[in-house]
Amino acid sequence: MQVLYGRHHVRVFRFGLRLVRDEQVAEDLISEVFLDVWRQAGKFEGRSAVSTWLLAITRYKALSALRRRRDAELDNEAADAIEDTSDDPEVAVQKKDTSEALRKCLTSLSPEHREIVDLVYYHEKSVEEVAEVVGIPENTVKTRLFYARKKLAELLKATGIERGWP
Amino acid sequence: MMATSKKMRQQEPSEIEMLLPWHAAGTLNARDARRVDEALARDAALARQYAVIREEYAETILLNESLGAPSARAMQKLFRAIDAEPAGRPSASFNFFAWIAGFFASLSPRTLAWSASLGALALLLQAGVIGAVLMKNQAATYQAASLSTDEPTTRAPGPEAPPRALVRFAPEARVGDITALLDNYQASIIGGAKGGLFRLQFGNKPMTEDEVSSLISKLQNENSVSLAVPTP
Repeated sequence: MQVLYGRHHVRVFRFGLRLVRDEQVAEDLISEVFLDVWRQAGKFEGRSAVSTWLLAITRYKALSALRRRRDAELDNEAADAIEDTSDDPEVAVQKKDTSEALRKCLTSLSPEHREIVDLVYYHEKSVEEVAEVVGIPENTVKTRLFYARKKLAELLKATGIERGWP
Repeated sequence: MMATSKKMRQQEPSEIEMLLPWHAAGTLNARDARRVDEALARDAALARQYAVIREEYAETILLNESLGAPSARAMQKLFRAIDAEPAGRPSASFNFFAWIAGFFASLSPRTLAWSASLGALALLLQAGVIGAVLMKNQAATYQAASLSTDEPTTRAPGPEAPPRALVRFAPEARVGDITALLDNYQASIIGGAKGGLFRLQFGNKPMTEDEVSSLISKLQNENSVSLAVPTP
């Protein structure tokens, strides 16, 4: 378990943190994820990569944590975590620094779009693996990422940055 | 109506266009990667879009890397919870190996290429470590033999402890071979894989020194095992 934890905990933490946007909650998440793995080791049949399995569990637990927080608090902070804050970059990013603006816009995507961008670009998951983690058909994976990128371009445009696409 | 439909079709991304992010991440299969490369070579607009995607790809990595790592609290919490679990919960040793198989399957081609280089270096280091372990074990065995004439034949570490061994599996051993071996010997993995060596425990009962020697010798002759040494 130590080997598995050592190998995957940082990426699990980052994936969880991007979804729940709260370090404390993300840290609690990884403990829960690896404890589940410990308990359910018998259910893992090796059909998918371990990291894919871990990310799927993390996603499930992150969404549960978000739901719990939404139910418990229902305040603006919780709403921000689950809603698309698409006009934030316009206010926050005044500089025409594409890199910085891009990163800001990436954090402003909706949770659905954030997770798919992260899974493909950062976690290097294939179409099939993303479909497995998110629980959607492969074609939906492709179109969802396409529209996430389109949304990203719109957010950047709102900050005054044109990149020539779309 | 037809004009609307045509307009909608024009707005829909093509199959190749939708694959571009996976091409940037290097996670497409060879066939699709070739298709995308060919399309990029003949379509300037697609190539421009691909440049944009590569920028997104780089920034997504930078953003995620900037998130840092969890504190030690998370690990402490996890292992406290595991300690509190009923004993023997993770049942199948097969799953441990499935994890290992999954670990290698999870690596991207780029990561694998780097790992291969590092692996070669690690092999050299392991050779040194194993040599040191063997030398140490040999010295300990000799000392125990010279002192054991008047002592019971039950082997250390304790009267109730089942035998344990450090085992290195043969590189060509498949998960199925290892699983079968663990079943045949009623063995379970209780630690590893430091330096490629796994700590195995055999059954739940202690054995005599002769039984342990016989077991280790039999284990050493298994095709899927390249090294087996007794350990406390």
